[in-house]
Amino acid sequence: MIDFEFHQANDLDHAFALLADYGDDARLMSGGTALVLQMKQRFSQPGHVIGLRRIAGLGSIEETSEGSVRIGALCTQRQVENHPLVSERIPLVAGAYRHVATPRIRNMATVGGGLAHGDPNQDPPPSLIALGASVVLSSASGGERVVPAEELFVDYFETDVRPGEIVTGLVVPPAPDGAGTAYLKFLPRTADDYATVSVAAVVTPDEAGNCGDIRVVLGSVGLTPIRATAAEDSLRGQPLTDETIGAAAAMVQDAVDPLEDHRGSTEYKREMAEVFTRRAVRQAMTNAGMM
Amino acid sequence: MPQLMNLKVNGEDREVEAPARRLLVDLLRYDLGLTGTKEGCSVGVCGACTVLVDGEMVASCITLAAAVEGSEITTIEGLAQDGRLHPVQQAFIDYGGFQCGICTPGQVMAAKALLDDYAQPTEEEIRDWMMGNLCRCTGYYKILESVVAAMSPAASQEGGQAR
Repeated sequence: MIDFEFHQANDLDHAFALLADYGDDARLMSGGTALVLQMKQRFSQPGHVIGLRRIAGLGSIEETSEGSVRIGALCTQRQVENHPLVSERIPLVAGAYRHVATPRIRNMATVGGGLAHGDPNQDPPPSLIALGASVVLSSASGGERVVPAEELFVDYFETDVRPGEIVTGLVVPPAPDGAGTAYLKFLPRTADDYATVSVAAVVTPDEAGNCGDIRVVLGSVGLTPIRATAAEDSLRGQPLTDETIGAAAAMVQDAVDPLEDHRGSTEYKREMAEVFTRRAVRQAMTNAGMM
Repeated sequence: MPQLMNLKVNGEDREVEAPARRLLVDLLRYDLGLTGTKEGCSVGVCGACTVLVDGEMVASCITLAAAVEGSEITTIEGLAQDGRLHPVQQAFIDYGGFQCGICTPGQVMAAKALLDDYAQPTEEEIRDWMMGNLCRCTGYYKILESVVAAMSPAASQEGGQAR
């Protein structure tokens, strides 16, 4: 690892001041599970690392007045998976965080760090996008910007977090009344691996038992998490049958753009994206009591 | 650039001068001579370097020592009290929970962290928790038996008696 200076931020204002002082030469670190690896591999060579762990007030999980769950950016991923409010209000999210690596990594990695990392192979983003979650970005002098999770991830390991901003929170609304949710992770190698393909689905039936609304978001199959909008559009208002689901899932092959790696070829991941979309939609329907 | 770091390691206050890039595993092993903690994969996957930071298990090979300054660190050396092994250590001996031994400090620390958090984990919970501690000798059944044994009050009271 190239040497650097480490600065432990005492509070948010201190962190903003350090960010202002060191600008592009600084990287923020909370759990460090991603950044330390990048620094070891010299993908990242900051002159200054700003530690966020000691900042108070960003480690709680609360219900908002609108019934959403607000998660502080410094909550560890394990805190999220185990929190009763998360399990009760947004079980899809509890399950998605439980799929991340191992308990030891989830003990260290934080919610905000994971979002800012922008790795398209991570487990939580598809579920967060499918539920319409928002990410709170704070800046100096009390500035705050709220970005839909769907718009946060702009390119490979690149997010919409701007210079001088720090991820401070995540707000996740529960799934609509009557909806069923599912997150499937295809793991042909080891249980702690990144997904070969992952799919989050939220299906809301209408009064006739057809598809009232649907969200399908895929991970590990492109430069960012990918929402399968064409597949969603083809199902909205339609009866959910083997034929309609199969046709929609086939459309996903055109929506994804997987990178070839040791988890599979581009073609294989494309096919698995179709297969797992079909399964995730069915699982969500089952969980909604539609099957 | 070297900086002074203060940590409480196994109950003792320690001051170390080290560069900011010093990893916790290296600080423990090379600056403090606590070589019980092993480094395996160096990327946070294998669990050999598991230690507790303020009671929570972490991978010390991807933890900057500077980032946990002021924290309480517990390593394998800190488990035995007054010459008496911790129940988890005793159970690993009694139930043959190790073969070559390189993964053992990490296994023991992970098992301790589990039993600190859950008094009576199910077998599935133990397997899920210990998933990130790899054993190249593949002695997983014995490790599982050791953790199960360590959580029964009888086993910990008997600690020290060989089976």
